[in-house]
Amino acid sequence: MALNRMFRACPMTGLKVHEPTEALIKANAVAAVVSLAVGGVLALLITLTRWPAVHLLPPDWFYLLLTAHGLNMLIYWIIFFEVAILYFGSSLLLGCRLATPRVAWFAFWLMVLGALMNNYAVFRGDSSVMFTSYVPMPAHPTFYLGLILFAVGALIACFVFFGTLVIAKEERTYNGSVPLVTFGALTAAIIAVFTIASGAIILIPTFMWSIGLVDSVDSLMYRTIYWAFGHSAQQINVSAHVAVWYTVAAIIFGAKPMSEKVSRMAFLLYILFITIASAHHLLTDPGLTSNWKILNTSYAIYLAVLASMVHGLTVPGAIEVAQRKKGYTRGLFEWLRKAPWGNPVFSGMFMSLVGFGFLGGISGVILGTEQLNIIMHNTIYVPGHFHATVVIGTTLAFMAITYFVLPAIFRREVSFTKMAQWQPYIFGIGMTMLALFMMGAGTLGVPRRHWDISFSGNPMGYEFPGAAYLMMGLASIGGVLAVVGGAMYVLIVVHSVFLGKRIETPGFERVRMREGYAPAMQPSGVALQAHGSAAHHAWAAPGTFTLAVVFLASFILYYFVNWKYLATVWPLK
Amino acid sequence: MSEVARNNAKGPAAGSHEDIEDEAIPAMQHLLDNPFILLFLGVVVPTVLYVIWGVMEIVGIPIAK
Repeated sequence: MALNRMFRACPMTGLKVHEPTEALIKANAVAAVVSLAVGGVLALLITLTRWPAVHLLPPDWFYLLLTAHGLNMLIYWIIFFEVAILYFGSSLLLGCRLATPRVAWFAFWLMVLGALMNNYAVFRGDSSVMFTSYVPMPAHPTFYLGLILFAVGALIACFVFFGTLVIAKEERTYNGSVPLVTFGALTAAIIAVFTIASGAIILIPTFMWSIGLVDSVDSLMYRTIYWAFGHSAQQINVSAHVAVWYTVAAIIFGAKPMSEKVSRMAFLLYILFITIASAHHLLTDPGLTSNWKILNTSYAIYLAVLASMVHGLTVPGAIEVAQRKKGYTRGLFEWLRKAPWGNPVFSGMFMSLVGFGFLGGISGVILGTEQLNIIMHNTIYVPGHFHATVVIGTTLAFMAITYFVLPAIFRREVSFTKMAQWQPYIFGIGMTMLALFMMGAGTLGVPRRHWDISFSGNPMGYEFPGAAYLMMGLASIGGVLAVVGGAMYVLIVVHSVFLGKRIETPGFERVRMREGYAPAMQPSGVALQAHGSAAHHAWAAPGTFTLAVVFLASFILYYFVNWKYLATVWPLK
Repeated sequence: MSEVARNNAKGPAAGSHEDIEDEAIPAMQHLLDNPFILLFLGVVVPTVLYVIWGVMEIVGIPIAK
């Protein structure tokens, strides 16, 4: 099979690139960006509707577009991109051929078909059931069928990844353990298997209900199993974007993790415990005990939170150690001041890290505390939280790594370089505003997913304080800014891929291997494939240690502010 | 060792690989190096703690008369 034995040496990274893998990475990345572009247009229309002074769309269009926005952004943009990361993290980083490229292409086209079918169902106008599609709200059968086909395609892609790991081990294309970035991708793939299996358990009977083969689906049972799919899908993102953080630290700085063992253990804690936090969404549901809720929402007594804090410490710590070795040793933060802030690969990744930790992480723990959750449950605080985790955390990290992927995989120069320098800042600042002001409005009780927060003209109308409307307006301004940043990203990517200057590769080497062979391991000197730890004690990175103390102080302060706030909402006299 | 593995073992990294093989590999590293044990654990732990436990609680809710 000629398809599966072509390699080239990448002159930029030294990696051995399996050409079928490269083509699959490109296809999945393009599908991801198309989904992002669709979701971004919808985001603009939605944010202009939630802006009280504009209130653009009528209600039926608002709910329709909100459903399509959630699906295209949370599922299609991110999972297509994650499949590209899985192929990069396995075949490219391990220097081996991809297992069964034809099956991988089948998975890709199944995902495309599923995404198209699901979008078709939504834009028909009879499936405005939101991302969650809670029963007994009915959607068109193609809505569920599209999701199922997409999920099956993604599951096949995960097993192509696992097969590639087996090939790399069998053909000994790496020594010892897989690189840390590959281990992060493995973590994402494992979480994806649990996630997709959970989705199948609940979406298949729901599809059968939609075509009349099943009488009913219990709503609490649906929500419980659905969230093992819906929330765990976001934990795939966390693992994938943490892997991207390590990738960027290695690419830009040649940085090694502060302790590779500790980083791997943190990924293991993700594998074991991060998915159970899906119970956040059921904290106000009767019928499930506090024992179940507390163990699950706390990620098994905060073990997976600990893992995120480890990654949040070790990635900037690794960068600091690498920078200090280069001579940036003055004071606590010279290493950070002298970092390449004009390089969007770094700036996007670092804003992703800080925004994910300070905004998404802290607000996630607040929402996961059973008593505090009741203040914000189903308010716009929740979208504020997940725009901080999934958009600032994951999307911004994926945008950042794209600026590396364009020259390395697509072999095109990045177009509009000045715009590319600004893009992560505009997107990051806009999305930070959106998330912060959504959380502020949610704290005042503004509901999520609602076309008209005041319920005007209804018997149960409610007048929020002026601050709530102000925060909704500011959130919308942030949203518009983020859409501008997103549009810049799409423009840069599309122009670079189709019209960008092709990178000449004088050292280009195409290697035709005999069937089943991978190229012999070469010392590439690429930090991405390296093992080892950069430091053996926290004081090797005093600036990062200081930032971690600031983070913990913010965490504790905000946690107890919310308990104080709960006491005022629900006074004990 | 398969022919493919022998081919790759002739590469520059082969010597260091043999050195590594001489050292005892800690049990935890065995665990972390086996993607299929990790896959098993990553599916079983949340299935038991979240799905099965949660479903049992829902199924145990008394039906209204």
